[in-house]
Amino acid sequence: MMASSYNAKEDGHVTVPGGGTIQNKKPDNTAFKQQRLPAWQPILTAGTVLPAFFVIGLIFIPIGIGLYVTSNNIKEFEIDYTGTDMSSPCFNCSQSFSWNSTRPCTCALPFSLEQPFESNVFMYYGLSNFYQNHRRYVKSRDDSQLNGDTTSLMNPSKECEPYARNEKMPIAPCGAIANSMFNDTLDLYYIDPNGTRIQIPLMKKGIAWWTDKHVKFRNPGGNPNLTSAFQGTTKPINWRKPVYELDTDAENNGFINEDFIVWMRTAALPTFRKLYRIIQKKNNMTPTLPRGNYTLEVTYNYPVRSFEGRKRVILSTISWMGGKNPFLGIAYITVGSVCFFLGVVLLIIHHKYGSRNNTADIPN
Amino acid sequence: MTLFGLDCAKKKERELERKLRANDREHNLSFRYATNAIKTSKYNAFTFLPLNLFEQFQRIANAYFLILLLLQVIPAISSLSWFTTVVPLVLVLSVTAAKDATDDINRHRSDNQVNNRKVTVLMDGELRSEKWMSVQVGDIIKLENNQFVTADLLLLSSSEPLNLVYIETAELDGETNLKVKQALTVTGDMGDKIHSLAAFNGEVRCEPPNNRLDRFTGTLTNAGQKYSLDNNKILLRGCTLRNTEWCFGLVLFGGPETKLMQNCGKTTFKRTSIDRLMNVLVLCIFGFLAFMCMILAIGNRIWEQRWGSEFTAFLPRQDGVDTPFSSFLTFWSYVIILNTVVPISLYVSVEVIRLGNSFYIDWDRKMYHARSDTPAKARTTTLNEELGQIKYIFSDKTGTLTQNIMIFNKCSINGKCYGDVFDYTGQRLEINEHTETVDWSFNPLADHQFSFHDHSLVEAVKLENVEVHSFFRTLALCHTVMAEEKTEGELLYQAQSPDEGALVTAARNFGFVFRSRTPESVTIVEMGKQRSYELLAILDFNNVRKRMSVIVRSPEGKLCLYCKGADTMVYERLDQSCTKLMDVTTEHLNEYAGEGLRTLALAYKDLDEEYFSRWKQRHHEASTALEDREDKLDLLYEEIEKDLVLLGATAIEDKLQDGVPQTIEQLAKADIKIWVLTGDKQETAENIGYSCNMLREEMNDIFIVSANNPDDVRQELRNVLSTMKPGAEEEAIFMPERTLGNKPKVVRDEEVNGEYGLVINGHSLAYALEHSMELLFLRTACLCKTVICCRVTPLQKAQVVELVKKYKQAVTLAIGDGANDVSMIKAAHIGVGISGQEGMQAVLSSDYSFAQFRFLERLLLVHGRWSYLRMCKFLRYFFYKNFTFTFVHFWYAFFCGFSAQTVYDEWFITLYNLVYTALPVLGMSLFDQDVNDMWSFQHPSLYVPGQLNQYFSKTAFFKCALHSVYSSVVLFFIPYAAMYDTVRDDGRDIADYQSFALLAQTCLVITVCIQLCLDMSYWTAVNQFFVWGSLAMYFAVTFSMYSNGTHITFPASFPFIGTARNSLNQPNVWLTILLTSILCVLPVVAYRFLLIQLRPTINDKVMFKVRQAKATPPLPARRARMRRTSSRRSGYAFSHAQGYGDLVTSNHFLRRPAITRSTAFTPLGRTTGFSPMGRSAGYSPTGNALNSRPQEVEVTSLQMYRMVRDSAF
Repeated sequence: MMASSYNAKEDGHVTVPGGGTIQNKKPDNTAFKQQRLPAWQPILTAGTVLPAFFVIGLIFIPIGIGLYVTSNNIKEFEIDYTGTDMSSPCFNCSQSFSWNSTRPCTCALPFSLEQPFESNVFMYYGLSNFYQNHRRYVKSRDDSQLNGDTTSLMNPSKECEPYARNEKMPIAPCGAIANSMFNDTLDLYYIDPNGTRIQIPLMKKGIAWWTDKHVKFRNPGGNPNLTSAFQGTTKPINWRKPVYELDTDAENNGFINEDFIVWMRTAALPTFRKLYRIIQKKNNMTPTLPRGNYTLEVTYNYPVRSFEGRKRVILSTISWMGGKNPFLGIAYITVGSVCFFLGVVLLIIHHKYGSRNNTADIPN
Repeated sequence: MTLFGLDCAKKKERELERKLRANDREHNLSFRYATNAIKTSKYNAFTFLPLNLFEQFQRIANAYFLILLLLQVIPAISSLSWFTTVVPLVLVLSVTAAKDATDDINRHRSDNQVNNRKVTVLMDGELRSEKWMSVQVGDIIKLENNQFVTADLLLLSSSEPLNLVYIETAELDGETNLKVKQALTVTGDMGDKIHSLAAFNGEVRCEPPNNRLDRFTGTLTNAGQKYSLDNNKILLRGCTLRNTEWCFGLVLFGGPETKLMQNCGKTTFKRTSIDRLMNVLVLCIFGFLAFMCMILAIGNRIWEQRWGSEFTAFLPRQDGVDTPFSSFLTFWSYVIILNTVVPISLYVSVEVIRLGNSFYIDWDRKMYHARSDTPAKARTTTLNEELGQIKYIFSDKTGTLTQNIMIFNKCSINGKCYGDVFDYTGQRLEINEHTETVDWSFNPLADHQFSFHDHSLVEAVKLENVEVHSFFRTLALCHTVMAEEKTEGELLYQAQSPDEGALVTAARNFGFVFRSRTPESVTIVEMGKQRSYELLAILDFNNVRKRMSVIVRSPEGKLCLYCKGADTMVYERLDQSCTKLMDVTTEHLNEYAGEGLRTLALAYKDLDEEYFSRWKQRHHEASTALEDREDKLDLLYEEIEKDLVLLGATAIEDKLQDGVPQTIEQLAKADIKIWVLTGDKQETAENIGYSCNMLREEMNDIFIVSANNPDDVRQELRNVLSTMKPGAEEEAIFMPERTLGNKPKVVRDEEVNGEYGLVINGHSLAYALEHSMELLFLRTACLCKTVICCRVTPLQKAQVVELVKKYKQAVTLAIGDGANDVSMIKAAHIGVGISGQEGMQAVLSSDYSFAQFRFLERLLLVHGRWSYLRMCKFLRYFFYKNFTFTFVHFWYAFFCGFSAQTVYDEWFITLYNLVYTALPVLGMSLFDQDVNDMWSFQHPSLYVPGQLNQYFSKTAFFKCALHSVYSSVVLFFIPYAAMYDTVRDDGRDIADYQSFALLAQTCLVITVCIQLCLDMSYWTAVNQFFVWGSLAMYFAVTFSMYSNGTHITFPASFPFIGTARNSLNQPNVWLTILLTSILCVLPVVAYRFLLIQLRPTINDKVMFKVRQAKATPPLPARRARMRRTSSRRSGYAFSHAQGYGDLVTSNHFLRRPAITRSTAFTPLGRTTGFSPMGRSAGYSPTGNALNSRPQEVEVTSLQMYRMVRDSAF
């Protein structure tokens, strides 16, 4: 300490006897160094706080009403086909499920729509109590492999364990997410008033994000022949067919199969819905789904009963704010009203007690 | 060795005795004594990395993150990628390492500089120039004038007669007067004869290295003869040789074993109370973290049992992990995820903020002293916020409150008062630097640095007013000052005390020039005519007599006694005829005392020749008496000093530093207690207490404790206490026991009606500080508005500080300028050194230094307050921001199967603290100010919240945490509800994990930004830039990380491709963000607004007032110079205890020819022409500057006297 002090003294100024000083160590006179930067000093006064509350209230309430009305105008129909109930047509399928059965189990669920669904109708499958957001589940994929990287195709990442390899063969696509892909087939039939079943055409393209379909997911190699591209890999254990046979359409096969892509976009919450098919609007004259009776035909492949899961099919129209969700509208209305109310309360308090904030009683 | 009959093999690890032989390196090397090289640096190029890392990981936070890092390596636990911890940790480590490296490089540099100084060493029979570091124990070295002493030496011989050397010990103990050391005759006889020195083979046996500066024991054995050695023959490293052409010394201790180095010890690392609080909080946070992880681990166990075991179809368990083990792993996984509650960047940010605020102190022009060209300097960069919490200030007096300059200010001669300036209407004018000063051109011998404003006095002198002449003749004759006249007309006075110098200088300027003295005569120049008075007797000053007289015979042969002394003393001895004059003069004296001036009364008496010769005879007898000499002399003095004729009175101003009373007043308004601890005597200290407005006439009582034994002291203290607060002794004085920690009891603050002052003497203080009495003393002292401790030793100063620190939960500050203040400066929480007055000792051990006491006001009320405010705002906000960030994970755990899944993208977690939120909060903590400096001065009570720890405490922390809980609930559940089962406006997915993560993190970033804006009260452009820049940065980084390019390059690291594009174009996402952020902020606004309305704090009020005033505040009204009407009489002015009368009249004092090569000595920075002895100015211990100093301190006869007298030390 003392020795280092020699150094500290080194920079001491030298006073010349009888004269001035050699150096001038006067600090610079800049606004920054003197802490005089020009600044705006807002404080919470009645003049700013109260109007803010009223304005927020006045803005939020109409927004909320708009959102609420929009959400209410969306038509949504939901049908649970898990088959936990004895009365459900799918009860048998759900009971007799086995991963290795070769004979698909089908069940048909009749339902009727009270109101016609205008414009495009979106068909979702919904799963409940399905922890797609479990940490180990979320991790269990290899994005390089899905992006068409041939090295990763043959050497899946360790994250995919225990679904990285099956009998020494690399699994494509590897991991628990891919392995557990939703594989029920859902078909929709309109029961004509005269009793004929008309299958409703379901679009299976355009259900995934564009970025996923075109950037994130790519088939390995530039090889248009997927069979050879996936040569040397094996299908995920739970799958019935290999990844290159997911669809016949080359644009929707392999890793870029949209059903697969949609599944791979894991849900944030254990209850979720995923877009399954789109029912395109035919023309302006007839509603996409007129009111009447329908049948949902399910090829029941996907077991959820063991973990108390639920499977649903949702038919829904959409609006500018997406699907049906009244929460935002209600929340906006509530917050807006509370704001307004608070504004009034604060105004009263300010009038009653605000005078305490006078400056007369500052000590000194 | 055989000589002592000891075997060197017996030498133990710890040296018990030092043995060495001169000029025998081989022999001395066998003991392996330290060489003269010193090393204060910690690392070298190779050891830096391992050592520094080792040190850094000893800090709890760093070690914690290292453990986290290790946890993350375990795949089963790893819930976050390694980079989330590594990136911040590496950043933190490297910033700290860089700082340590620069510090160490500086130490290396200073070590090198010191080690490479040159010194002449006697080797192999010839003198060689060697580096300091190669000097070894047993070497004989030659020192020349003004050189630093290289090592601890045994003085062998010197160029001066009687083998004396003169040294200055400023660097060791801060005393700047010269001390004398004398070599043994046996070695001194060698002189500078190289061959005999080279042949010298004396053996020294002495004490082992220790740190006692004032003691040394040892023996020298030379040629069979044994000589004892004491401290008087030792030159210590760090001293400087003065007025000695050369000397030879034998090295006894080198480098680290020298007393100087042994003395520096380890400076204790000071920590602020916020630091300590932070440590406690971090521990609490650890506990809380463990608690949260426990809950989540239990949740995991339940989940695994109910659902997880069934979910294995889709998500198989890892090998060998069963339910309990899984919950164990989850615990650790959550420890990793929730690690951000103990934010690693907190410590770095705190350091940065403190550094920034230290720079502001260095940069402040208002704390720059132009005359000495000294800016304020924050020497420690880690204590800033503590400056905003000071409760007690311990101040030195001389050099700190006062300038140690005495100025002849006024006088009263024959009932007429001189010194004030009146305008033509008869109004007294304020004297300032523009007031016209008296022109001294009539007097060629005048000292032109002396200024006086009242022309009438000069007129009176010129008109040969008899009384005025006698008055100044008294001043010119009655003193013990020495004069030196280097060249014709250039007089230099050497005075024992500055007051005496001031008086003689005043007489000099008014035409009564004291020119020279011999033991028998005093020569003065009276109005141009030189006259020599025969000096017949000096009736010397002492503390009891409080006066001094001289008896002289004028050239005309008239005998006269001149006397000056304390007015009370002189008045008792006045002649009846003076009654009328006494009344007038008393009035003047009261007036002077009221202005805080030191007064003296002057009187004279014509003596009868016959009577005097008789008296002289008795005096001679008395002074040669063997018994009761003092008493007999006193009686004689008493006898002759009577029936005096009053001449008048002088008033000397003990010049306060600029602005001291105002500063003290301001600090008192800020509820800071100021205790003055001074080595001065009671009267002087009291006087200063009055003049800086610490003691006031209006005070209810001023107690003086000066008893000489413990019982009396206790009784006096008790009396004081019961006077102030009857029945106080029975009261419980301790704070209720605190649950946490085993701290000693804390004395609570007490209130008392009325204002009291306490003056306590050093010897009483010694008893009061004893264990049995310290509490009584502390209570008594704390009840008083002002406490002055006089005649205290440096150690007592530190003890007082320690006492307050021990029992009071308060932050202390010690301010001083001299080496005697070092202990106190080191003991207090914050030490402030006044630079540019005395040696550098105080400054070097201080935490802050500046040139003037008055800058303390700005340091505390502006810089300290702002630093504290900023630090607290920073901590509150920082904890809020990190808790909010972290708690969201906690809520999410309930929806992801307690699987330790994060809510946010891992990159966001990595960058959140470092990139997205770092700068805005730094900007706030560097620029924020509630009100500007002018308003801070206007309302010193703005300082009080800091003393009471109001801005950041455990309660405030708890409130932060609650606020965070609320925010995190909003931040999780609003997006949750808004996204539940929702889809995009084209029917596709938006409730997926990635979109949800993006939504949550966007809400978070925006919310914390808005919260910051709410907290910030000073919006500069930089702040705006940081806030908007950080938001822009967030979106830019997010978009680029989620872009096609990054994904294609690193598909595995950036899986969030397209998330930003796909969700941020959705109106409902933005509506959710808006709702979330408004909902987070609204309650805060409402709550704060309510607080301002219902319970406004002092800050709120002042800020509101500022808002109303809009414009800049009016300049603080120029306070008029404080005047008091006082009946108090100031004591005798002289600050010394015993006069020099013996010396002046003795024929024995040594004379030395003046050193011819020296040039004229110009006193620096002094207004009067005498050179202060005790506390000299301008000493700089820097090697180069000093050695090249053109002039040397002349050894005056006075100094010689001192040396002879002080040679006993």
